[in-house]
Amino acid sequence: MTRKFDRRDFIKIGGAAALASVPFLPGCATTPSKARVVVVGGGFGGATAAKYIRMWDPAIEVVMVERGEAFVSCPLSNLVLGGSKSMADITHRYSGLRRHGVSVVQDEVMAVDAAKRTVRLARGGDLAYDRLIVSPGIDFMFNEIQGSEAAMNAGTVLHAWKAGPQTSALRRQLEGMRNGGVYVLSVPLAPYRCPPGPYERASQVASYFKKAKPRSKVLILDANPDVTSKGPLFKRAWADLYKGIIEFRGNAKAVGVDPRTNSVKLEVEDVKGDVLNVVPPQRAGDIAVKAGLITANNRWCGVDWRTMESTAVKGVHVLGDATLSAPAMPKSGSMANQHAKICAAAVIALINGQQPDPGPKIVNTCYSYVSDKEAMHVASVHTWNDKSKTLTTVPGSGGVSSARSELEGAYAWAWATNIWQDVLG
Amino acid sequence: MRVSIICAVALAAAPMLASAQDRNAGRNLAASCAMCHGTDGRGATGYQPLAGVAKDELVRKLNGFRSGATPATVMHQISKGYTDQQIDQIAAYFAAQRK
Repeated sequence: MTRKFDRRDFIKIGGAAALASVPFLPGCATTPSKARVVVVGGGFGGATAAKYIRMWDPAIEVVMVERGEAFVSCPLSNLVLGGSKSMADITHRYSGLRRHGVSVVQDEVMAVDAAKRTVRLARGGDLAYDRLIVSPGIDFMFNEIQGSEAAMNAGTVLHAWKAGPQTSALRRQLEGMRNGGVYVLSVPLAPYRCPPGPYERASQVASYFKKAKPRSKVLILDANPDVTSKGPLFKRAWADLYKGIIEFRGNAKAVGVDPRTNSVKLEVEDVKGDVLNVVPPQRAGDIAVKAGLITANNRWCGVDWRTMESTAVKGVHVLGDATLSAPAMPKSGSMANQHAKICAAAVIALINGQQPDPGPKIVNTCYSYVSDKEAMHVASVHTWNDKSKTLTTVPGSGGVSSARSELEGAYAWAWATNIWQDVLG
Repeated sequence: MRVSIICAVALAAAPMLASAQDRNAGRNLAASCAMCHGTDGRGATGYQPLAGVAKDELVRKLNGFRSGATPATVMHQISKGYTDQQIDQIAAYFAAQRK
């Protein structure tokens, strides 16, 4: 039997500050909640799960713990680097979730006690849960690229692979770069967050250079042998729009950075640039490590795709980029939003003593802008496969754009607007 | 006392279980559409609203995309991932939503 999220809990989780951030839940006085779900992380996965659980079963109490004051979208953040969108365009408040009765607590979960079913908050105190949803995104394996963490902390070599302060800082570096300079983008081996993201970023920076400093260059140093997503479409766009601006080098894995000489160290040579943007290899976010949720290669969290429940820790569900991806499933905001809906339905079923949906089916749609107006997409449909016990793509479904277009550019912006609303509104 | 209440509730709910699962199947499948078409098919900009659209019309449109008869940028690729029965369930769910 769980307690309601009452005044004692507020005091336990850190006093006045927490109390101020958690409004009274509508109907709480008359409708005792039947269970409490705690959600860790308010990105595309966590926020969607919090909203959909409240929407589909208002008798379940949902507390979402998120470090940030607001939601900053990674999708579309490359357009901030290109200069056609601002940080304000990709930043959204959590007030919509509160209207659904989600308690949004701005704090950080430091530890999970799966036996006691509690999480420990940074500001002090424990929060009890019946089911826990962890949607922690990614953190970086800085030790794979020598010198990268120090350079990142010094603010000289950025990743900007989590939208936020680094996005603005990288934009300022690009604005400050001389005409005729070289922007170097280092891409890690797949899997990483947002497979087409690096190539969209290169396109956006090239679009900015073409207008503002046309003698400048974009150099992509890719640890992968070739462009990992929408390859032919990106290459056609680069040839048509950015000939002589974008250079792509495959099998160019960064092993170090040297801010003193402004160079990226590859296995066989050093490459100098004016602005270095090094995206390190990634793993599930830190809290997933602390909670013992990592099951694969010291990096990713295995889940049962019918419920999103961790294969390592019972009662804990994992969403989004942190999961050990199912075959041909990208780490995308779109997929995290869809994971969250599988999870919401399953958590509600389990709390109500029902069978979770035995055969979930979800969709990925990712748009990439190659200029400020033209975009293209990749889409896939993923369904439970009883033989392989995972989600697999439906044969004959999915695909990419036949060509980039302004029509898809308009759809891409509408996609962003609508998914933000679906996640937060 | 507590146990008996739970039993009574469970007993009353049992005959409805199958239909509740069907309804949730439609709801769960339709939730995928929301990232472009809005939560419950409502309030989206730039994409067709789905809430409150007649079931037959939605089935016809989805089948048009699936067969290739209706030109599309992405829906021809997505609709091919669904069976007739699933398209029926999705259409029924959206038809039942308020506009």
